[in-house]
Amino acid sequence: MKVAELSTITSAFEEIKNRAECHWRALYDSGKPVIMVGTATCGRAAGALEVLQAIKAEVNRQNLDCPVIEVGCLGHCYAEPVVIISKPEYPPICYGHVNPVIAERLVKEFILGDNPCFEFVLGALEENDLVPSFSDFPRAKYEKKIILKNCGQIDPTEIDHYIAKGGYSALVKALQMQPQQIIEEVKRSGLRGRGGAGFPTGQKWEVCYSAVGKPKYVICNGDEGDPGAFMDRAILESDPHSVIEGMIIAGYTIGARYGYIYTRAEYPLAVEHVQIALRQARRLNLLGKRILGGDFSFDIKLFQGSGAFVCGEETALIASLEGKPGIPYHRPPYPAVKGLYGKPTLFNNVKTFAYIRHIIDNGGEWFANIGTEKSKGTAVFALAGKIVNTGLVEVPMGTTLRQVIFDVGSGIPKGKRFKAVQIGGPSGGCLPESALDLPIDFDSLSDAGAMMGSGGMVVLDEDDCMVEIARYFLEFTQRESCGKCTFCRIGTKQMLEVLDDITQGRGQIDDIVMLSQLAEDVKAGSLCGLGKTAPNPVLTTLRYFGDEYEAHIKEGRCPALMCRDLITYYIIPEKCERSCDACVGTCTVEAISANKNRIKVIDQEKCVKCGTCLDACPPQYDAVLKLSPPSEVPASK
Amino acid sequence: MAKKNKKISTTEEQAQVRQKTKQTLKRYGRKRGNLVPILQKVQGKLGYLPKEAMLEIAEFLNIPGMDVYSVITFYNQFRLNPPGKHSIRVCLGTACHMKGGYITLDAWKRRLGIDRGETAADREFDLDSVACVGCCVMAPVTVVDGKPQGKVEPTKVDGLLLSFEQEREKKSKK
Repeated sequence: MKVAELSTITSAFEEIKNRAECHWRALYDSGKPVIMVGTATCGRAAGALEVLQAIKAEVNRQNLDCPVIEVGCLGHCYAEPVVIISKPEYPPICYGHVNPVIAERLVKEFILGDNPCFEFVLGALEENDLVPSFSDFPRAKYEKKIILKNCGQIDPTEIDHYIAKGGYSALVKALQMQPQQIIEEVKRSGLRGRGGAGFPTGQKWEVCYSAVGKPKYVICNGDEGDPGAFMDRAILESDPHSVIEGMIIAGYTIGARYGYIYTRAEYPLAVEHVQIALRQARRLNLLGKRILGGDFSFDIKLFQGSGAFVCGEETALIASLEGKPGIPYHRPPYPAVKGLYGKPTLFNNVKTFAYIRHIIDNGGEWFANIGTEKSKGTAVFALAGKIVNTGLVEVPMGTTLRQVIFDVGSGIPKGKRFKAVQIGGPSGGCLPESALDLPIDFDSLSDAGAMMGSGGMVVLDEDDCMVEIARYFLEFTQRESCGKCTFCRIGTKQMLEVLDDITQGRGQIDDIVMLSQLAEDVKAGSLCGLGKTAPNPVLTTLRYFGDEYEAHIKEGRCPALMCRDLITYYIIPEKCERSCDACVGTCTVEAISANKNRIKVIDQEKCVKCGTCLDACPPQYDAVLKLSPPSEVPASK
Repeated sequence: MAKKNKKISTTEEQAQVRQKTKQTLKRYGRKRGNLVPILQKVQGKLGYLPKEAMLEIAEFLNIPGMDVYSVITFYNQFRLNPPGKHSIRVCLGTACHMKGGYITLDAWKRRLGIDRGETAADREFDLDSVACVGCCVMAPVTVVDGKPQGKVEPTKVDGLLLSFEQEREKKSKK
């Protein structure tokens, strides 16, 4: 690039940055308190919009000069709705489990008065002498936030916030580099694709850079279809510009003209925020024709997936962008050489693009110093299931599963026992207690039979049946199979039928052998990742929890008391309290009635085994029992 | 599945569907790559994709109607029957499933008297499952009219239905 052009780019950006910083300072350094409400999808589900409304109403009523802004997801999803108040002379304080009543109090007592309402505090965002900060939490020892750093701290619909926090400076730096230099830097960082397979990003960029054909495309794969994963959603909702910046840099590097962000229509808020972000970036000429006055032009379109899991596979995604059913095709040629409309196409996951700006800003060396020998950087996980601190975490590669689950996630709730952790969704596997000391990286997880996947981590406790979870995932992949490969189409169906039999008490002992054989065949006979990995949940549960399969088959017993055909609910007459009707009132199918002694009895014919009575029975009586096999029920007198 | 849903029948209704589809198509180029966005937009307008709309789209993109149909039936998002007034989407993601999402789905089925993918005869509700809405923390989740509701167990299903009923009563009094 010519020298004259370089100076145009830097001076154009200088102006943008100054304006953004002014905007940011006017908000945070003006001596006014600022209230931030986390309104990402997880917050909204917990009632964040009602909290936002209550705060705005109270601020108006009190006639306060106090900006109320919406931010994304802080990662502490277990404490939603979350509110952060940053008031001069106080550290920014984060409050958890806020409801409209608490919100009103916070405004009255902390904004108007001087009482920080310690009883609702979750933690301060900075270290201080007044309130415990997040850095004092045990999890702080393990967490290292790179791509989640902005999430929950900036307004994702304000490009100025992102720029004031250092955003788009990596783009300006990259525009002054040669494409080969950028590829070198990304290679040096050792970054591997975060979509699950872990292919070296720098290598992919190089292939695409050298590929012949125009126009080239950059596609951000945000088709996060794994049930139980929400990292990409959170990043697109809470920090969309970080992904866009990564894509522009990628576009410049490989010489692309167009980009697509492909995300799920099931993520309406992510769609909205990305659209706003694209508009704002275009307005500032960070996107579009002749970016920042230079001679590089690049534009991004948003494409909404229509609910097909297989479209997470790149060749299927291409088919779907071209307006066809999302059916994968054979590779090679890889999309990097021949992709969308037959042109070279660079595919990366949302998180991969989000890392790029940090690598350009801090250098590949810096990134390569984090993590393990073969897996560099951090890993982002969505913790869900039976775990105390559900939410998003970012830890360096090499952290052990135990540290993530027990130290960052604070372990299993209700004093239950850990049984397994499901990693990588339908393509991953279930790892038992004995695998907990594995360091998290791409290779160790695959060796154990699971895979990194895109980062969903669902923790299972003693109440979860491992046969059922295998059946659940297979039901999912079987339904989502596009039907192109015979083994994936029919093999998964047959495996599902066998698992249905086992969980419904019709299992035969030969079934286990048949399952493992079928699993190997499906793996070998499928074209794309969906079929190749579909048997993983079955294989890992067979490997680590074979005894549970045997209990189902040989004894008709579900050890976790989960499979509905193998359990029954029973009210212990000696424990049942005559004057209490809790179970009768809550039973949704009116299957419980009192006998002439006012002892409650379940009509097993009517019972749908929903477990509502078990929850309803007051703990002091504790009269409802779950039994497996159903023949355990004592004969009625 | 289809027998529970009233199909559009009168020529007047058909003409209306064609009219609305045509209007939506004005904003798009005649590129096959626009098929999925067009279908999304048309479904957003009509609530579903009737045959007349499919034919209109096929003609516009100059592709066989069969291709439009194959795309519609491939993707989970598209529906071939009219939606109910209220949409009920039971999340069956991993976390929701393990916390009893399938029990919740059963409760909805029982109360509404319809199966997954169907619309109730009075067009008040339609029921479907969704793979994961990413609110795993609130499991089991049901998305009611686009709003994710957390911890929906059979008793909350009854509670939600009751609130709809009360709303209806309030409206009818007015």
